[in-house]
Amino acid sequence: MSEPVIEIRNLNVDYGLGDQAVHAIRDVSLTLHRGEVLGLAGESGSGKSTLAYGMTRLLPPPGVITGGEVIYHPEKGDPYDVLSLTDRQLQAFRWAETAIVFQGAMNSLNPVHKISTQLTDVLRAHDPKMSENSRNARAREMLKLVGIAPDRMDAYPHQLSGGMRQRVMIGMALILQPQVVIMDEPTTALDVVMQRQILGQLVELRERLGFSVIFITHDLSLLVEFSNRIAIMYGGRIVEEAPAAAIYRDALHPYSSGLLGSFPALRGPRRELTGIPGSPPDLKGMPSGCSFHPRCPKAFEPCSSKVPVLTPHGDRSVACWLVES
Amino acid sequence: MTSIPDAKAPADEVVLEAIGLTKHFPVRRRLRDLFSNRHDAVHAVDDVNLTLRRGQVVALVGESGSGKSTVARLLAQLYPRTGGDIRLHGASTRVKAGAAFRRYCARVQMIFQDPFASLNPVHTIRYHLTRSLKVHGNAGSTDAELEQALHTLLERVALTPPERYLDKFPHELSGGQRQRVAIARALGAEPEALLADEPVSMLDVSIRLGILNLLRDLKERLNLAILYITHDIASARYFADQTMVMYAGRMVEGGDSETVTQSPAHPYTRLLIESAPDPDRLTGVSDAASPKDNGEPPSLIRPPSGCRFHPRCPSAMPRCSTDLPVPLQIGDSPGHWAACWLYDTEEVAK
Repeated sequence: MSEPVIEIRNLNVDYGLGDQAVHAIRDVSLTLHRGEVLGLAGESGSGKSTLAYGMTRLLPPPGVITGGEVIYHPEKGDPYDVLSLTDRQLQAFRWAETAIVFQGAMNSLNPVHKISTQLTDVLRAHDPKMSENSRNARAREMLKLVGIAPDRMDAYPHQLSGGMRQRVMIGMALILQPQVVIMDEPTTALDVVMQRQILGQLVELRERLGFSVIFITHDLSLLVEFSNRIAIMYGGRIVEEAPAAAIYRDALHPYSSGLLGSFPALRGPRRELTGIPGSPPDLKGMPSGCSFHPRCPKAFEPCSSKVPVLTPHGDRSVACWLVES
Repeated sequence: MTSIPDAKAPADEVVLEAIGLTKHFPVRRRLRDLFSNRHDAVHAVDDVNLTLRRGQVVALVGESGSGKSTVARLLAQLYPRTGGDIRLHGASTRVKAGAAFRRYCARVQMIFQDPFASLNPVHTIRYHLTRSLKVHGNAGSTDAELEQALHTLLERVALTPPERYLDKFPHELSGGQRQRVAIARALGAEPEALLADEPVSMLDVSIRLGILNLLRDLKERLNLAILYITHDIASARYFADQTMVMYAGRMVEGGDSETVTQSPAHPYTRLLIESAPDPDRLTGVSDAASPKDNGEPPSLIRPPSGCRFHPRCPSAMPRCSTDLPVPLQIGDSPGHWAACWLYDTEEVAK
């Protein structure tokens, strides 16, 4: 496997301080390799967005990183810990090395500025010496890359359709040629036809520009198709991490297989599906032991008392007592 | 091949019918329009025909902005219609407010998309359900009867034991539980038809199927007619007996769910199905099979002439931009139709 770009080691994120704190991310370790698409799946409240914001230090208060490290390997030079960067270093790191396409990106554009202003703004902030002409040329080039006619440069966000706004957001994220792009539910607000177009384009761009992607979504069937590896989160922990095909064919953790069984298939035989009984856990009152055990059809004696650890099994890892035994 | 028991015979009683249902929303006129005598309107729904039968689920599939929610609201008589007819048991109905509207409501109930917004946060579950029972006269005459009715409602939606939920506030329940309360509230009116407008799209994926299975169970036990509105065609296949596809305010294809999803006829339905995520197509994104369509849904203020899909259609013919396609029977599967000139016998003969 190719070299790592980002290594998350034992990351812990809390919301709030002291006894009131809610543990949103617990002891998460994850590695993103160069040029791969890593899918991060989980239900709302499983901590997938918190993980993305935590590793880029974008967490708004009361979010606090309470432990762990995020090692970034730049293309040239020595790896460093993102969590110990100073503000100035962080400013240089963000966008140039790691860019984010936010959830509901359609509404992340400033409605009172032209998209050209918003695109060149990034360049101005990161490279003040760049001339205005070359900034505009770069922005134009970027728009062309994501499939928008460059004459739409002077459009305001409301003049573009949802899909085009999403493309602008992707173009904006790529404008400084970052090594890593984090996409937080980039297509949930779009319909399926537009979703496929945008993801297809993203894959093309990734092949051309060679960046790595962390793709966050709750739609596991989409991830199986688009990503190389998938990590599944539940209750603030990663419960399974494996190549996409392996998860689809043979999920080891009961939650992963339950999640896969929650999507009715469009092809093949019609089967009776059940979903997962119960509802996702409340972060304030996490079950003891494995946080999935109250909903797990295969729960047995150690599940309610001991927390399973993510242990490697070949090219995949699972946190489940069932696999241990 | 299927382990799901077949739907009941199609001879089931028709509950609610839409015939040529049309809704245009007027666009605010500018000053210069006053002189030009122009009356712009958003053609949200045009000429929609729909039949809901007892014990059957009809799915209405379409992307956002295709007018599927407007159809539900028209059927619930929340909007006055511009044209066409809504028939309840064969009788044309048009109700606006007051007692007539309540009588209609008692028979046709709606379930909304967002259970976080459709329940009042300052009232308990008991209040919500009691209101529904009292307004529709199903509360009985004594407190004991009311209590019994409340328990039955919660048991029907599998919120057991009922005492545990009755005095809770909406914020104390999870999304799935809230949607179950919303369904119980709709059942409080003892309706014949349920209009479910994306009932699961706001819920976590692992509990969506629980709600769909509950609705199917209720349909069978209470012999309900259900309209299921969704943008997820795979769930329509799973849940509905019949599937209708809408594009830009018009029905483009309809028929048995299995037929529509397995052998789609209209080019739009095909595009929709090809675009749906398919785990079996592993990381083969840039392959030739992926649709190369870059179009977008049209403006509904000035919809395209002829077939509304023709500007994006890969098999558009000159005729498509001028003549409005009529529903045409596809092959020999009964009830499967598509509004597409490709299936016109004259066209096929050429």
